Amino acid sequence: MAKYMLIMRSTDEAEAAFADSGIDFDEMLATMGRFNNEMIEAGVLVAAEGLEEADKGVVVDYSTDEPTVTDGPYGETKELFNGYWILDVPTIDDAVAWAKKAPLAGSGMKSEIRRIPTIDEFPADNEWIQAERAWRERTGQL
Amino acid sequence: MAQGPRDRVSAPRGVPDDGTPAPASGVGTDGAPDTGRRALEATWRIESARIVGALARYTGDLALAEDVASEAVAEALVSWPRDGVPRDSTAWLLATGRRRAIDAFRRRAGRDVRYAAFARDLDEGGVHAGATPSGDDEPDLLWDPDRIEDDKLTLIFTSCHPVLPKEARVALTLRVVGGLTSEEIARAFLVPTPTIQARITRAKKQLGAARVPFEVPPADERPARLGSVLNVLYVIFTEGSSASGGGDWIRTDLAREAIRLARVLSRLMPDEPEAAGLLALLELTAARFPARTGPDGEPILLADQDRRRWDASAVRRGRAALARAEAAGRGLGPYALQAAIAEQHDVADSVDGTNWARIVRLYEALGRVAPSPVVELNRAVAVSMASGPEAALEIVDVLVGSGALAGSYLLPSVRGELLSRLGRRDEARRELETAAQRCGNERERGVLEAKAAALGPPSG
Repeated sequence: MAKYMLIMRSTDEAEAAFADSGIDFDEMLATMGRFNNEMIEAGVLVAAEGLEEADKGVVVDYSTDEPTVTDGPYGETKELFNGYWILDVPTIDDAVAWAKKAPLAGSGMKSEIRRIPTIDEFPADNEWIQAERAWRERTGQL
Repeated sequence: MAQGPRDRVSAPRGVPDDGTPAPASGVGTDGAPDTGRRALEATWRIESARIVGALARYTGDLALAEDVASEAVAEALVSWPRDGVPRDSTAWLLATGRRRAIDAFRRRAGRDVRYAAFARDLDEGGVHAGATPSGDDEPDLLWDPDRIEDDKLTLIFTSCHPVLPKEARVALTLRVVGGLTSEEIARAFLVPTPTIQARITRAKKQLGAARVPFEVPPADERPARLGSVLNVLYVIFTEGSSASGGGDWIRTDLAREAIRLARVLSRLMPDEPEAAGLLALLELTAARFPARTGPDGEPILLADQDRRRWDASAVRRGRAALARAEAAGRGLGPYALQAAIAEQHDVADSVDGTNWARIVRLYEALGRVAPSPVVELNRAVAVSMASGPEAALEIVDVLVGSGALAGSYLLPSVRGELLSRLGRRDEARRELETAAQRCGNERERGVLEAKAAALGPPSG
């Protein structure tokens, strides 16, 4: 098994279109809830979080010597990062198959799928990796 | 790049193999064909129960549904690598399976009046309700999300039907509800693949011969039928959690599958406390798996386990399920009682810190609702921890006298342990040696031999 992150992405336009669509909030919760529940039951869902609106966030930009802090949204970037699921599945194809079932629709809505390397893929003799492994063991994250 | 953790799990589950031609040679040799096959495998892992369930509702015949689903997969193995993965891969499999079912009805119409009627309706575009095939051309009806859950439950009840021998129920459930291939089931149970294939083929014939309808059993049959379902899931789990043969101590894939099925069942039957009880038992038992084996796969006994490695999330899920079983207020059944015992271990910080008196009471309750020599033996172990080895030995000796568990390694293993604690080393060594001889699991045998050896050479 391997862990994959499904990153929920959208754009300013998709957000605005969603806000105008007048979709029922309860219905949205139910649709998303059913999708999440299916993954829970299948035993593949490790974690999931949705994020507050980007305009309530803050961006720290490291382009300058001293990082610059600005209010969200991201400024010139059009892509917004809205939330994620972490799945534990045998192959990336399973992650893709789950992503296709996600109740996300609309122009500009995307999910990006990225594998999460395990601690075993890092040098076992490195003291920082050893410390991280100990922390993962302690907190049940292996 | 290293793939450490993935090396420890078996190959991903594949597509059905019974009666299905092997993939054409050349598939999988370059990117695109391989993508098609892998997408098919992933779709099947996630959606097989839905697909077979919907087709079984459509045809009213689980055996036929399983056959046409396999045919649809075989067709996908050819066309997806060639033409690309369909946008809605599940709907593609469902539509193809349905077409194959219609073909089968037309073929059978010539020899069976039942099917002749279906075929006539198909030609006239008629729509049936219930267990008869629908002639509607819209796959949406098959794909009615409100029916999916019913289909899944019906699938579980039908594949655990009491007309089938127990082994057939286990194989068929793993196959049609779990979506495992015959080869995977065979590997898990350490039997040749043709054995499993034959078992599934025979089971499908038996369901047909007994005219078992594809439906959830009526209310009056439910308790007994649910018992069979729970037993099948429990057998799958125990096979995974304590391999009866071979060198592996735990085959977590099977155990994981059993937990997944138990989770589905307990949600589909929220008013059945034993469904929640079974889920609780499996979660609370599996919570200890991470600490049950050492680096070389050797078993580590409860007393020596590093309890920090127990899966705290599994403990929480198990306790929540147990609370649901208790909330029903009808008293705890055998699975919930075993879950309550597992819970006592899971919440204790050490063997000494375990509430053994409570465990003894739970075993007494279990002995009342589901009396068995194994329960009695476990009660003896709990008594030895709560009140000392002497009281426990009395219980064990009654068991020995009754002739129960003769030939099992469990009785001499426990008796040897108790005698050892009482300082009766020669008798203890003899019992542990007997236990080792009878034990089928290599790993467990090693533990028993080591215990016997630790008692030193025979005295006098």
